[in-house]
Amino acid sequence: MIKVLIPYALRFATERNAEVEVSGSTVREIINSLVNAHPDIKAHLFADNDTLRDFINLFVDGKNVNSLQGLDTPVADNGEVMIVPAIAGGSGESTLTNDEISRYSRHLLLPEIGVEGQQKLKAAKVLIIGTGGLGAPLALYLSAAGVGTIGLVDFDVVDESNLQRQIIHSTRDVGRPKVASAKDRIKGVNPLVNVIVHNTMLTSQNALDIIGDYDIVADGTDNFQTRYLVNDACVFLGKPNVYGSVFQFEGQSSVFGAKDGPCYRCLYPSPPPPGLVPSCAEGGVMGVLPGIIGTIQAAETIKLIVGGAKPLVGRLLHFDAWRMAFRELKLDKDENCPVCGKNPSIRELIDYEQFCGLKKNQDSEPIETITAIDLKQRLDKGDKIQFIDIREPHERAIVKFPNAKIMPLGQLVRRMDELDTSIDSVFLCKIGQRSILGIRALREAGYKGRLLNLQDGLNAWARNVDTSMPVY
Amino acid sequence: MLILTPEQEKIVRTDGEKAYPNECCGVLIGEIDNAGIKITKHAQAIINAREGSEQYNRFLITPEDMLRAEKTARSMKLDVIGFYHSHPDHPAAPSDYDKEHALPFYSYIIVAVKQGKAEELTSWELTANRADFVPENISTKEDQK
Repeated sequence: MIKVLIPYALRFATERNAEVEVSGSTVREIINSLVNAHPDIKAHLFADNDTLRDFINLFVDGKNVNSLQGLDTPVADNGEVMIVPAIAGGSGESTLTNDEISRYSRHLLLPEIGVEGQQKLKAAKVLIIGTGGLGAPLALYLSAAGVGTIGLVDFDVVDESNLQRQIIHSTRDVGRPKVASAKDRIKGVNPLVNVIVHNTMLTSQNALDIIGDYDIVADGTDNFQTRYLVNDACVFLGKPNVYGSVFQFEGQSSVFGAKDGPCYRCLYPSPPPPGLVPSCAEGGVMGVLPGIIGTIQAAETIKLIVGGAKPLVGRLLHFDAWRMAFRELKLDKDENCPVCGKNPSIRELIDYEQFCGLKKNQDSEPIETITAIDLKQRLDKGDKIQFIDIREPHERAIVKFPNAKIMPLGQLVRRMDELDTSIDSVFLCKIGQRSILGIRALREAGYKGRLLNLQDGLNAWARNVDTSMPVY
Repeated sequence: MLILTPEQEKIVRTDGEKAYPNECCGVLIGEIDNAGIKITKHAQAIINAREGSEQYNRFLITPEDMLRAEKTARSMKLDVIGFYHSHPDHPAAPSDYDKEHALPFYSYIIVAVKQGKAEELTSWELTANRADFVPENISTKEDQK
């Protein structure tokens, strides 16, 4: 005899017995004899057309018959058949309020989005990393579009020099944490959005926890270590990563980390050496450019949530604002990718500062620095110091440093003999980064005199010594 | 009639709030007394097996999870007596979809979660002819541990 285990819900038909013994050699025969013995059970197991209801599952000795031979699965004598309902349900009908229907009317009119797509937007949780040039249009458009939950990660405060492009922040927000300023603006655009702020730097320690709570990541970071961190974390967590980056007049966008699509490391397995690619703070950026790229990222994010569209997966969109030209490059998934390839060598988050060469290498000789205030004191004492301004002409047009030798970075080594090796040289640039490259170049070329880097550049001088000078 | 302790009710409400804006789901394990009253002994959360983009208005307890729940219940000499799920930003009333996928005699608890906060909590039973869901009384008793 075969034992059939009856779920509580169907015991009304078996005189409340939890187990019924019947005979038969296949599941079909056993169920038929069960129905013959207890006819009331039939309507609950079978639909009108005599097929098993799709939420009724039969297990033979602990295995679902769907993975065996279905109703023809043989059952050994003394075997056990268990009837197990799969339990499903849900609110089903429209969950949009009348206010939401009015607000999102122009989306609802698009059959590709409609009520269902708008509900998906409402249920979606998107994490925006960085609330700068890219994060600003991302956050504004995603909140306007009705993305239900938006997370913001940033540790910075609003600076005057941000306002040229970071349109989510206002003049009166200067000095406020960017996430606070952005949250206020989002709430102004759409009070229905649930905004979660992470006023912190994304690190190897917190990235998986923070990203894990969201469905999609939109990456608006401005530096390589965070970009690689976001990429790797998204690959590990299986979350799509909507990527964008901008520099001067050119931008890129793509969707990484999607199933079967490439990731950022398929495109760039490792970062460029530090200092080689200047940041927007050094190289500049046309203000409207992140507006365009960030808006493309917002469109891709919405498409991923709604579904059915052709996303920017396996394609890199390149945009040149100066020539006003878009180009599309095909991206293939790299089988040998260190994170998403067949045999990944990276299986957990790493130290991205080290990976990007940002941590001081113990072997390389340290660069001597001097602060703006110490420099002022030495000048006041009457010390003889020569100043070398390594900035390009268009940058010197912004603000000049009096009595400095003008030697753009590319000319330094060639014009080394113009410097007096018997006195200290102080190198000047905007933020004290490119000047380090200049000092290294002179050292390698065999310069004998003492080389000092003005820490944090002319901006520090303008902040701490000569406050009549602008910070740029 | 379904008996639920305040702790069990709290489990259901908290699960609904945690899953918001998605739906949560879980099973009720307990026993039935001679008068036909269902006494809940355990309320157990189960991971919503729907794919991510559907979880805002659908839940699914897979047959494998259900099998585990049945076996757990039987090992404790108890039964699966019902289920709970949440309706994010939607009233605590069963949908047609709920009805199509239900069995009679089980208790179906629905908790409405509005803007992330659990509110109305109701229980429903499917009639034996599968035609209607009818409301079931819930009694919250302290002494039913």
